[in-house]
Amino acid sequence: MKRRNFIYLTGVGAAAAMLPAIPVFGKEISPEQALEYIDPAAKKIMSDVALNAARSKGATYTDVRVGRYLNQYVVTREDKVENIVNTESYGIGIRVISNGSWGFAATDKMDKDSIAKAAELAVTIAKENARLLREPVQLAPQKGYGEVSWKAPIEKNTFEVPVKEKVDLLLAVNDAAMKGGADYINSILFAVNEQKYFASTDGSYIDQDIHRIWPTFFITKIDKETGKFETRNALSAPTGKGYEYLNARPQDKIQTASGTLYKGRYDMLEDATQAARQVGEKIKAKSVEPGKYDLVLDPSHLWLTIHESCGHPTELDRVLGYEANYAGTSFLTLDKWESKKFNYGSKEVNITADKTEVGSLGAVGYDDEGVKCGKWDVIKDGILVNYQAIRDQAHILGLNASQGCCYADNWSSVQFQRMANISLQPGKAKLSIADQIKNVEKGIYIVGDGSFSIDQQRYNFQFGGQLYYEIKAGKIVGMLKDVAYQANTQEFWNSCVAICDQSDYRLGGSFFDGKGQPGQVSAVSHGSATTRFNKVNVINTARKI
Amino acid sequence: MPILTKAEAKALLTKVLSYSKAEQCEINLNCSDSGNLRYARNAVSTSGGISANSLVVSSAFGKKLGTATINEFDDASLQKVVRRAEELAQLAPENPEFMPFLGPQEYGADSPTFSPATAAVTPKDRADAVQASLKQAMDNKLNAAGFLSNSVGCSAMMNSKGLFAYNTSTDVAFNITVRTDDGKGSGYATRGYNDFSKLNAKADTAIAAKKAMSSVTAKAIEPGKYTVILEPTAVAVMLENLFFSMDARQADEGRSFMSKTGGKTKLGEQLVDERVNIYSDPWNPELPTATWSGDGRPQQKVNWIEKGVVKNLYSSRYWAQKTGIKAIPFPGGAIMQGGTKTLEELIKGTEKGILVTRLWYIRTVDPQTLLLTGLTRDGTFYIENGEIKFPVKNFRFNESPIIMLNNLDEIGITERTVSAESEANYLLPPLRIRDFTFTSLSDAV
Repeated sequence: MKRRNFIYLTGVGAAAAMLPAIPVFGKEISPEQALEYIDPAAKKIMSDVALNAARSKGATYTDVRVGRYLNQYVVTREDKVENIVNTESYGIGIRVISNGSWGFAATDKMDKDSIAKAAELAVTIAKENARLLREPVQLAPQKGYGEVSWKAPIEKNTFEVPVKEKVDLLLAVNDAAMKGGADYINSILFAVNEQKYFASTDGSYIDQDIHRIWPTFFITKIDKETGKFETRNALSAPTGKGYEYLNARPQDKIQTASGTLYKGRYDMLEDATQAARQVGEKIKAKSVEPGKYDLVLDPSHLWLTIHESCGHPTELDRVLGYEANYAGTSFLTLDKWESKKFNYGSKEVNITADKTEVGSLGAVGYDDEGVKCGKWDVIKDGILVNYQAIRDQAHILGLNASQGCCYADNWSSVQFQRMANISLQPGKAKLSIADQIKNVEKGIYIVGDGSFSIDQQRYNFQFGGQLYYEIKAGKIVGMLKDVAYQANTQEFWNSCVAICDQSDYRLGGSFFDGKGQPGQVSAVSHGSATTRFNKVNVINTARKI
Repeated sequence: MPILTKAEAKALLTKVLSYSKAEQCEINLNCSDSGNLRYARNAVSTSGGISANSLVVSSAFGKKLGTATINEFDDASLQKVVRRAEELAQLAPENPEFMPFLGPQEYGADSPTFSPATAAVTPKDRADAVQASLKQAMDNKLNAAGFLSNSVGCSAMMNSKGLFAYNTSTDVAFNITVRTDDGKGSGYATRGYNDFSKLNAKADTAIAAKKAMSSVTAKAIEPGKYTVILEPTAVAVMLENLFFSMDARQADEGRSFMSKTGGKTKLGEQLVDERVNIYSDPWNPELPTATWSGDGRPQQKVNWIEKGVVKNLYSSRYWAQKTGIKAIPFPGGAIMQGGTKTLEELIKGTEKGILVTRLWYIRTVDPQTLLLTGLTRDGTFYIENGEIKFPVKNFRFNESPIIMLNNLDEIGITERTVSAESEANYLLPPLRIRDFTFTSLSDAV
């Protein structure tokens, strides 16, 4: 997939008015086909064909992924259904080591001959590439698990919910927004189901069933007198849950001075109603005075800052230089980790990597190298203590096992290192959102994610948001606009002074984190509670053309 | 399935169309065969080959449209996909914006989008090119990371109203980042062609290597407004955000940089410096693109900005009919008319300024003003009295391409370049711009 698509998809959050064509992954199928089941025994037979064919051609290691990837898109604008698409992508990807080099090939022809030919091609590519090696691939040992399975603990399979129910919800959302004063609204429901089967010469046969859902909308309001327009995007989070995500109960809502926030589950209709009101307030808001402010960042906003400034720089492939040509490297070089005293952030800052957090986008039982997933510290009391690694990097950190961060976005894509769920741990002392705001003299409370950009070593960043509230002497005094903050990652995280407690901990995330050449996407969540950062540089983004 | 000839594609689509019972039916065929090789730390990292073909069938009854896709081409599968599209159309809600399919169109002469040399590329050819790139880097004791990919493809469409279109294409993409071993210098080069024989990975690596070696010990200078020379790759990522935003409906609806109060637009107004001429031309020999768009509309030479005046916006057929404008599709490539000066001559004519090799992580901050943010990367240099004096640390910018094209100082010679953000190819010149806004410094190399 072209990177433009990543930008479109990740950019929709930042530019609501510019809703683009949505790329479709795979061939279109009927809704009922999505509920058909493929017997793991059949996938095991196909996997064994590949494993045996590769071994017979000289592979010293082989892994096989039989993948069935289902997507559903329901797309509406105002009172119209623009598109309803179900897609399926089904095939097999075979990765081998031969002559010390990786090789990879994939096919969607699922007969024995085609699978064997793909395995042979993977070995041929590995042998051809061996002349471009400097040292052979060194894999961390991994025990075989035999035949095992893992299933996301969802309550309601989104693909089982009738399309009409989803369309009715989205059109009701649009209606509520239009009645509330919006000029335009696009609402979308994305659903994903990855049915993945992994087999390797280590002796694992792993069947996994993964679900994700993302309901979202983009509202635009135009000031008829000035021609100015503002947007407000949904405060939903893409999540590793089933359709139950859309059934918000009272305990899933947080009432604040700015409106309702959502924890664990989401009320789309309510959010659209308040968004239509808030986008009107946004048009009339005061343009921010640039300067230093104490920022109080809601988890619906902070997840993206965590993603860019904590998640990416602690990926070991970036640290080593594997992404130097594209996504960039990292300022968190090995010497900083080896020193055991690099101050990434203040003592408040504890960042964990977790591939098991229930309801997160990155939760799986096993990664795409057959490694059982877990949780580990990355930043401990502000100090860099670890990275995120996969099997062929583990030895660089002196680890005797991978951390299970390998992922491919399709059977036709080669797996490589992708981000685990990287989260900021909540504070231990009791602290509410109201307490945070009460303690700020001159600040801005930011809700929702907006424009985002960071340099290729993850130092200098700039973030916008959805809603900006001015705080004066411990009180919210009104809404601001044209706000973006710029900082250096290390300075920013060292300015972290207070984090709300566990009761405020929430997950945000992305369906479409782009990386690699050819480009791939991955879905990942980031948790935090509302957090305060002192004296951050805020710029005014208003211009005249 | 191999790439189909025009006759083979026509025969296949005619057969599929014969299965249709819908009021209207349209079929799109896409086939591609591609390979890639990625390297880093002076060694291969990943590579692969992907062959993908798909057939998209759209069936319509009244304003109800159904679409189905398949990648199997036996008769039973082809009949199945047609039936599936018809079933979906019967189940779909009416779309008031549905437009009847187009009848036969005139596409003019074939565009030279296909190169036999590229169609014949093998895994060995890729490995040979990368080996030359690696040798160039290692001979200079530098660290290379790069990506080489090639593809060959065909596309065709046919519908029940008699429209038929066919095109073949080939593409080569090569990009390379070279870094010094101490991590203090980095350089970049990118190239895109239709013809693989034009690729010179060794020469491109040498450009990136020179930039890497020259950018060690970068000095910090204060952010602010500077005269900049943007190399074509940097120009691409600024201007493509303008191209992507020239949609007539967005402008008419009041939610675009092209909008004015009361539903009016800036179409026909001078928006940027009068020396700015931007157009698209599918027959340009340096940037040949398909002569038809995905919905069958002909692609023709279109002036988008002429002498600084916005002359055309692209639009859907629905919106064009509703508003009475010409239904111009989004173009396959964009071209900015260049001047006569080389990049070196632009540098020579600069009293004080900054040379920018590449811009990175471009995001829209405000769609109303097209304000973009992003950073310089992989070779940023201070110019004084017509000479590059020293490397400078990277900057974050906050700038709108509209403001930028109003602060145009000098235009260089147009060349083919690639956007490092979208991977799209363009013909663009280097530009010298006054008062380009850098808002902060970055320590990133």
